[in-house]
Amino acid sequence: MTAYANHFVFEFRTGIRNKTLLMMNYLFPLGFFLMMGFVIPAIDPAFQEILIPAMVVFAILAATLLGLPDPLVNARENGIFRSYKINGVPVTSILFIPAQTTMLHLLLVSAIIVITAPLLFDARVPTNWLGFIGVMLALSFACAGLGVLIGVISPNSRTTVLYSQLIFIPSMLLGGLMLPYSLLPDAAAKISQLLPATQAMNAFKGLAMGQAADFNATGSLILLLISGVLAFGLAIYLFSWDSRNTNRRGHPALALFALLPYAIGLLLFF
Amino acid sequence: MNEVVIQVNDFRKQYGDFVAVDGITFEVKRGEIFGLLGPNGAGKTSTLESLEGLRAPDAGTLMVAGVDPTREPRKLRNVIGVQLQSSGLPETITADEAMKFFCAYHDVPPRYDLLERLGLGEKRNDQFFELSTGQQRRLALALAVAHDPQVLFLDEPTAGLDVASRVELHELMRERKAAGTTIILATHDMAEAEEMSDRVAILLKGKIAAIGSPMEITATGADLTKVSVRSKESVLLKNDQHIPGTSQSLVKDEYAVYFSTDIGRTVGAIIERVEAGGDSLIDLRVERPSLEDRFLEITNKGISS
Repeated sequence: MTAYANHFVFEFRTGIRNKTLLMMNYLFPLGFFLMMGFVIPAIDPAFQEILIPAMVVFAILAATLLGLPDPLVNARENGIFRSYKINGVPVTSILFIPAQTTMLHLLLVSAIIVITAPLLFDARVPTNWLGFIGVMLALSFACAGLGVLIGVISPNSRTTVLYSQLIFIPSMLLGGLMLPYSLLPDAAAKISQLLPATQAMNAFKGLAMGQAADFNATGSLILLLISGVLAFGLAIYLFSWDSRNTNRRGHPALALFALLPYAIGLLLFF
Repeated sequence: MNEVVIQVNDFRKQYGDFVAVDGITFEVKRGEIFGLLGPNGAGKTSTLESLEGLRAPDAGTLMVAGVDPTREPRKLRNVIGVQLQSSGLPETITADEAMKFFCAYHDVPPRYDLLERLGLGEKRNDQFFELSTGQQRRLALALAVAHDPQVLFLDEPTAGLDVASRVELHELMRERKAAGTTIILATHDMAEAEEMSDRVAILLKGKIAAIGSPMEITATGADLTKVSVRSKESVLLKNDQHIPGTSQSLVKDEYAVYFSTDIGRTVGAIIERVEAGGDSLIDLRVERPSLEDRFLEITNKGISS
């Protein structure tokens, strides 16, 4: 097997062996899915229309924003990256492989949600499967980029939680998972467009679920992809092997540029 | 054997105002075991990490097996092996996976035989966090030598090892040396440095305070020979007597211990005193100062100056 394949297999196994990652990749999203599926449709039957995309978006947010960054921070602080540097493990592998394996875990979780939601909760199934997979992968890519970027710029685990929650909590509240975008006040709706979750829910509606999008659905998909590319690029640029020995090439605040496409999109598309 | 493999020339490293390494120069030859000694903060880690390509020098030049560690990191990784003091492995990786992982990045087949040899045969499928400290260090060593590097850096290699593992590690070091591998050994264990090293450098406040073979370094000290005496009636301990040719004395575990500058006079005087006191000798030991004695002498002098 090649070095890349070995690394990939190890990281994929880590996503299950590591209790925190197992929680964020599988147990938390699936537990939340079951809870929401049993409770919310009984209160609001319209939730069945967006149950599948909402729960897939939640799974992606949990795995990428809450699960992905901390192992990177710990690896840097515990000297694992030093050992990787000495042994020739490239930066791209260090950053991309955990993101790719997380996306693979997310494909499995999404498959479980998509298969069980119609059976258990009479949830609406996507009408365009290609669009559904495309949006799912685009959001996974964008959020994995943000997760990796947080892992790169965060100096310790406590700060990692703070940075992750700065995106995760607004996404839960304003991202269209719990409360439809159309019900948000104007200002909150505009702010919510800076979040990948909002763009993904909009793209799911317009490109996968056969529903009317709240704004330009293709634009949302493009923004997710551009943001992902930018986030990974910034993560490589700001990467440091060891917080004690190496200086970063730029200030960690540069990471905010990963959200720039959403701000530009707000002006261009919507 | 005379080929220079490591060249450190006027190397300087500082962090802000703190000068960690202040213009040191030394060479290490192929197949040599070179001990790098010094108290904490002496500059050992900065020197090691710069040779390993983890830090860039502020001044001076470094060369490892013909490779500049700062400018040619890709070439460097194939000529060096590093057993880090902190293990540098993910908690969830198994010994087998770690061997596969690192060997794949060095483009060599996995060396599972090294795991067996270092007593990790039954632990191959255990995750890193399940291994004892000694097993973790042995795994780190196996990974460091798996790609047959020209230069091996060992940082406190025997810390946390039991006696059998320590012997095995020393045997492995001797084998590597015989095969032409140059070994840089950073350790606080003076007995290990004295036993294993062909030459040592003692660093103090970023400078080389002494360099040479352990024998040369111990020979250039205050030239005191330690004489330890125990007798049946402990006559030497009862009377506080000055023994000719000694500069200082102390009592340790029923032994009278003298530090002699004239060993012939001292031993003669001790025997004479014991006999004169109607006592008889149980044990008399004459020891050259060890590397540890010399190290303490150098560092104490350096710290107090």
